Amino acid sequence: MSARWRELAHWLRHDRRARWLGLVLSGVALAVLPFVLDASVGRTWVRVIDLALLYTMLALGLNIVVGFAGLLDLGYIAFYAVGAYTYALLASPHFGLHLPWWVLLPAGAVLAAFFGVVLGAPTLRLRGDYLAIVTLGFGEIIRIFLNNLNAPINITNGPQGVNLIDPINIAGVSFGRTDSLLGISFPGTHLHYYLFLVLAVLVMFVCIRLEDSRLGRAWVAIREDEIAALAMGINTRNVKLLAFAMGATFGGVAGGLFSSLQGFVSPESFVVWESITVLCMVVLGGMGHVAGVVLGALMLATLPELLRHTAAPMQQQLFGKVILDPESLRMLLFGLALILVMLLRPAGLWPSPTRRRELTSAGAPGAV
Amino acid sequence: MPLLEARKISKSFGGLQALNAVSLGIEPGEIFGLIGPNGAGKTTLFNVLTGLYKPDAGAVLFNSIDVTGKKANRVVEAGMARTFQNIRLFANMTAVENVMVGRHLRGRAGPLGAVLRDRATLAEEAAIQKRSHELLDYVGVVRHAHALAKNLAYGDQRRLEIARALATDPKLLALDEPAAGMNATETRALRGLLERIRGDGITILLIEHDVRLVMGLCDRVAVLDYGKKIAEGAPSAVQRDPAVIEAYLGGALP
Amino acid sequence: MDIFLQQILNGLVLGSVYALVALGYTMVYGILGLINFAHGEVVMVGALVSLSVVELLLGTNLGLPAPLLGVVALVVAIGVCMALGFSIERIAYRPLRRAPRLAPLITAIGVSILLQTLAMLIWGRRYHTVPALIPPTPHAVAGATITNVQILIIVVSALIMAGLMGLVHFTRLGRAMRATAENPVVAGLMGVNINRIISATFVIGSALAAVAGVLVSSNYGVAHYYMGFVLGLKAFTAAVLGGIGNLPGAMVGGLLLGLIESLGAGYIGDLTGGFLGSHYQDVFAFLVLIMVLVFRPTGLLGERLSERA
Repeated sequence: MSARWRELAHWLRHDRRARWLGLVLSGVALAVLPFVLDASVGRTWVRVIDLALLYTMLALGLNIVVGFAGLLDLGYIAFYAVGAYTYALLASPHFGLHLPWWVLLPAGAVLAAFFGVVLGAPTLRLRGDYLAIVTLGFGEIIRIFLNNLNAPINITNGPQGVNLIDPINIAGVSFGRTDSLLGISFPGTHLHYYLFLVLAVLVMFVCIRLEDSRLGRAWVAIREDEIAALAMGINTRNVKLLAFAMGATFGGVAGGLFSSLQGFVSPESFVVWESITVLCMVVLGGMGHVAGVVLGALMLATLPELLRHTAAPMQQQLFGKVILDPESLRMLLFGLALILVMLLRPAGLWPSPTRRRELTSAGAPGAV
Repeated sequence: MPLLEARKISKSFGGLQALNAVSLGIEPGEIFGLIGPNGAGKTTLFNVLTGLYKPDAGAVLFNSIDVTGKKANRVVEAGMARTFQNIRLFANMTAVENVMVGRHLRGRAGPLGAVLRDRATLAEEAAIQKRSHELLDYVGVVRHAHALAKNLAYGDQRRLEIARALATDPKLLALDEPAAGMNATETRALRGLLERIRGDGITILLIEHDVRLVMGLCDRVAVLDYGKKIAEGAPSAVQRDPAVIEAYLGGALP
Repeated sequence: MDIFLQQILNGLVLGSVYALVALGYTMVYGILGLINFAHGEVVMVGALVSLSVVELLLGTNLGLPAPLLGVVALVVAIGVCMALGFSIERIAYRPLRRAPRLAPLITAIGVSILLQTLAMLIWGRRYHTVPALIPPTPHAVAGATITNVQILIIVVSALIMAGLMGLVHFTRLGRAMRATAENPVVAGLMGVNINRIISATFVIGSALAAVAGVLVSSNYGVAHYYMGFVLGLKAFTAAVLGGIGNLPGAMVGGLLLGLIESLGAGYIGDLTGGFLGSHYQDVFAFLVLIMVLVFRPTGLLGERLSERA
């Protein structure tokens, strides 16, 4: 029986026609997914998937920093915030500006990258633990400023946040309401889904290409032994800065998309917990492995909704009352997951073969 | 005109004077040995010359360029590559990947090239692959090209480190105890490799304890003791220098 | 001038607490080269456990004098936190001693989240008022005021720090701790039980954290499940400011950070022409951290790291 499975797996992986078939089938499945979800479990789930795709982009961005270059960034959500607020402030009634998405998304990306460089330049040479704390502090500083820059001049509108953000408008099709194309009606959630899906796949593609390149090798070298990498002529400072800036860029783009999806942003969306959630996705899924990280992101992004639907009723049935509300349960599971994964399966749920080697062998290099 | 010149290098760590006004000059094309008892400051000098340490005083000139205190990657760019006393390979990368990392600084492809895989980038990658395989062959470990560096036999690891250093296209190769832990056969093979490298126009500086290797291989030798240079010259002359004998043995032999 | 002195006094009180917590961070970092992210949460547990004990005892109406209640609560809190610190090291850090640096850092974050969540479940999300066991009678000092509680904080902290220095420099345990902090391998070869010393380090640090938790919650009259996070971050900043691994450094760093924060919060309005207000107080600590790490990463008094770090 297992011989048959192995044959099938081999055929799937190596036969060209099989690959094409797999690709086409996946494509079709992904294309109809929102409608299937609509009909079965409800539209909220499409929104959940939309957010999950955003998290996927975030996780992939953080993966470049943590997974590829080995730099622990605990304040990654700050770049998301920069992108989100850039979009929000310039495409809403707040300042009365309504710049289009094709200006604001790149602007957010560039601004996020700028912050990445400003933060990274003085701090990337620090020990890993110090870098973690500094980035954590930076994330908090950004949030505090966003929360307080509403007096004496109102820049960010403080804790109230910015709402009535313009939705994306591509070729006359506004993503904020339902549109009809070829006789099928596409609600806003579905339109966002397709856009995010395309972008997420693009980000995946970029990451996979980066990994297997001169730059990707340099990142691995720095991760393995920074001194040796330096002694081989690699400009470790610039290479690390590049990882940081690229991660920040993806975060910034995702942030802008978040603004347009939600129509509303506030500093509450960018707390430390969010940074840790994204880190969890990377660590749990498989640090450094693009496919693993995507898995981790999709799992953890859909978990809260799953818990909300199952945890409460299940506890009700078993215990007669709800002991752990879904939010606390989620935090508990995240905390446990981080600990258990590092203790038992440090390379993550779906590691790449290289990472499994690096992280599980005793006496593995630990250059900080 | 010396290829590598150290002028009055001094370096101390806290209260310990590791190097005290050490000067030496290495001519292009020679094999220069740096010897001395343990703790004499040889690796410290190495680290200063290759940019891992900043000297407290003195200057390092490579190819007439002042590289004093420049970061290690700049020194490699200038043309001086090194290996380490305790092998520092990228353990979880394959042998060929290790050497490919050595080719990094002679390449130019950045993130854009990585993503677009345009013709120039692909050509560069192919060239890197080719050169890396050539270097593995040159040092004699090509049959292990796709083995993980940490799984290689000790002697092969040392050779791999040399291949990786050669990948940077150095004018001077600085080797820190390349023969450490090798038996007589391996050492002989290493000597052959080093002579071949010299024959291909690369100057060699090496720290070594293996007396026979040093005597047979090096054109000139400098002796360090307690951070000071106490002798310099042809190996045979240095071997007979009373100061050297005293440093190693604590007193002239009867 | 009044506000200046007041801010100085506030800063000393705040700084004393930072110093106590910073000592825990610095001791662990000195030996293991690891930031114990969960340390802030131990402070929080100390505060909340003490609060629960006090509420319990008050509820039983035993008629015990209030300060005695406080001492009992403190002792219980110290005991709980010591056990907690011991467990954290055993479960989350010890198995990862040989793993790449990233691993214990991530488990530390996991432990931090776990503790926060458990605290949230046990004590709820609300802000708990801490009953004043010692009446906070204010005393006037040259135009500024300082309360009994604040004086107590400064005195208790000073005594504890003195005690710790005594322990570290004049006892066998202290000698073993210093040896392990210098070079664990050699210390081990000299017969020091490294595992036990590391456990002791965590336990002592946690005891200090418990005291800090009780003091800080008494000072502000409030305890909350999230209080450990920012406090921990700032205390770590203080440890780095003074020089990581350096015990006197942690004390100096703590006091200094308290002063910087207090003076900064007091004067920031004037300094920025009214643009930034005192809600930016937390930012000071982070800015100090970034400044220190960029310009003087070894800290004011210099680092003391083990050979292995």
